[in-house]
Amino acid sequence: MSATTSAWIALALPLVGSLVIAFGWRALPGRTAGLVGTGALALSFVFSVITLFALLDHPVEEQQLTSSLYDYASGLGIDIQLGILVDPLSVLMLLIVTGVSTLIHVYSYAYMEGDAGYRRFFSYLNFFVFSMLLLVLAGNFVLLIVGWAFVGFASFALISYWYRRKSATKAGMKAFVINVIGDVGLVLAAFLILRELGTVDYLTSFEAAREEFSVDQGSVIAICLLLLIGAFAKSAQLPLHTWLPDAMEGPTPVSALIHAATMVTAGVYLIARAHPFFELAPTAADISAVLALAGLIMAATIACVVTDLKRIIAYSTMSQIGYMVMGVSIGAYTAGMFHLMTHAFFKALLFMAAGSIIAAMANNQDIDRMRGFRKAMPVTSVLLIIGALALAGFPGTSGFFSKDEILAYAAERGGFYTLFEIGGYVAALLTAFYSFRIGFRVVAGKPCEEAKELEQGHMAHADPVNPATGEPEDTDVGYPGPEHHIAERAKPMAAAMGILGVLALVAGFIQVPGVTAVLEHFLEGSFEDSELFAIHPSVGHAWFGLLIGGIISVVGIAAAYVAYVRRPGITLDLRQRFGRIHDFLFARWYFDELLDFLVYKPVVGTGRFFNRVFERYVVDGLVNGAGGIVRGAGQIVRGAQSGFVRAYALLVLGGFAALGLYFLLVGA
Amino acid sequence: MDITWYLVLSALLFAIGAGGVLLRRSPLVILLCLELMLNAGNLALVAFARMNGNEEGQVFALVVMVVAACEVVIGLGLIVAMYRRRLPLNVDDLRELRG
Repeated sequence: MSATTSAWIALALPLVGSLVIAFGWRALPGRTAGLVGTGALALSFVFSVITLFALLDHPVEEQQLTSSLYDYASGLGIDIQLGILVDPLSVLMLLIVTGVSTLIHVYSYAYMEGDAGYRRFFSYLNFFVFSMLLLVLAGNFVLLIVGWAFVGFASFALISYWYRRKSATKAGMKAFVINVIGDVGLVLAAFLILRELGTVDYLTSFEAAREEFSVDQGSVIAICLLLLIGAFAKSAQLPLHTWLPDAMEGPTPVSALIHAATMVTAGVYLIARAHPFFELAPTAADISAVLALAGLIMAATIACVVTDLKRIIAYSTMSQIGYMVMGVSIGAYTAGMFHLMTHAFFKALLFMAAGSIIAAMANNQDIDRMRGFRKAMPVTSVLLIIGALALAGFPGTSGFFSKDEILAYAAERGGFYTLFEIGGYVAALLTAFYSFRIGFRVVAGKPCEEAKELEQGHMAHADPVNPATGEPEDTDVGYPGPEHHIAERAKPMAAAMGILGVLALVAGFIQVPGVTAVLEHFLEGSFEDSELFAIHPSVGHAWFGLLIGGIISVVGIAAAYVAYVRRPGITLDLRQRFGRIHDFLFARWYFDELLDFLVYKPVVGTGRFFNRVFERYVVDGLVNGAGGIVRGAGQIVRGAQSGFVRAYALLVLGGFAALGLYFLLVGA
Repeated sequence: MDITWYLVLSALLFAIGAGGVLLRRSPLVILLCLELMLNAGNLALVAFARMNGNEEGQVFALVVMVVAACEVVIGLGLIVAMYRRRLPLNVDDLRELRG
């Protein structure tokens, strides 16, 4: 089977799964929907692997395969196809997305068991993965936009999945609106590319760009900045990130899917995919890297203070995506994609562990209330610690190698780019601290009530209440209700987490400086034309970076150990002494308020002005005025319509007489 | 004979017809008067045709007759329908279409 055929099949399977579940719901009793969804994804992963091997059969310079089902628009020099591009980059994404999504499906199969909306959930979930695959495999910018927008919709549907919850629908809308802003940026970018280069196909437009554009020419910078709007909105980077923490309103597997396998990685992929543009516009690439660095540090500081378990992980995602965006922006494509891959493993693992704990806590997500789950939930605890280790970049784990490779690359480029290395290490310290803030809070210490109950074999069942607003949950429409599922008891959940745990530990070894460079060689087919790709940090330098990274990670973990295990009072002291800073961080840098002030209020104010003044006086005046003129004229003529036939006849005759008289006079 | 006399007669007939249409209330009489007006027109057409020595005017007159016949068919149909529905046969009372 050729690589493109199997890629098409891998793309089609989740769509088929979604449709079968959505329209075959009568014929799918009980948990069958979960089996169908998971099966479709697992098959899709199998075909992704087949694609990988088919692609590896080609020599490196022929590893960019395209295939088109039909021409969507052709003529007038425009050529838009329903076509895919199979190259190492898209195949890597294909493998990550289908692989991690399959595990998330397996996990959801058990986790969502008590939910009344089980089938709806799996149909959405499959559609989400399909959208992401479409985005990844698209062979031109138009199809990319289709996948891009589908992902936005799917996230909206899943974030507001518990739609009787006001906070959930609100969060869904927020995510959707910010994503649409990104979509607009992307559409404009596609228009600009079409205008400047006359094509939207990836390969031809990249080739044309190299001939048409000079370095840092205005139009190529504009294209890159517009692409960045799309990438930053989808990947929750600095100005457009506020939807991500709110998106925690969706069920936990959804959070795992959004954060690990789909959605937020799209921006990283887009920048890597459009690297020929970014290399022609170093200014735009630098802007992107600086913003990513700022967001990376900001998110890490916030993650050190917020108390909602899932939000800490959400901010950590924003921070880690910052590393990736920074990486692909400065040219560290392999390192960026490598970190994307390892992050997918350990972040999905962290979310799954969090889901298991939240279920045991009867939906309470406040880490101040969690304590001492190590005896009650040994499996979850071990896996959570593994996830936290990988996130913290503990020596030997996957996050250790991938994050430090980005920083080593930044150091290698030198000069201005050293800034990114320093910033990256600062954020790494914070990362190590907050990841073990989660770890120690949840696992260590004296067991809390829920943990004690669980040790005796009972589970705490609270009435389901929305933690954000305190209103009771509506279990009719698909809220899990009192039936919770935890990894200790549900085999599929434990299995999915176990596989991810192993991957989070060992995946880093495919790309150890000086030893292995599997990913580097594999991605060569996509980046062989890039000069930046050819830059390699020297082995000694890379190992020096790894050493520093390892020390920083251990220091951060030690700090967390002191703060949360040895002397638990210390954090309270700090909070009191630096109350202002704490409040500032806890309020998430007042970013929501800032956006509210800068964007929301002016927009709504303008809207109100137009509604009250412009609409009422100008538009209404014009419309009603036009109506009034016609009505007034009608009023005048109405008198003539007496209905007397003879009066009409008289008018006709009189008119003819007048005409005749006129002609007689003129003629005379 | 001078054409003037024909035209005078035609004008007289037309004026009588027009007066009838304007003054009478019965739809039947109005129809009759309309016929009178049309025939006044026909007379003038035929007279002009003779004066110019060709047949075009005569053909026009034939066309007018056809139109008149159609008009009568419809008019009488309406009148019969009104009678059936026991509506007054008085055009001043039939003014449903006033504005």
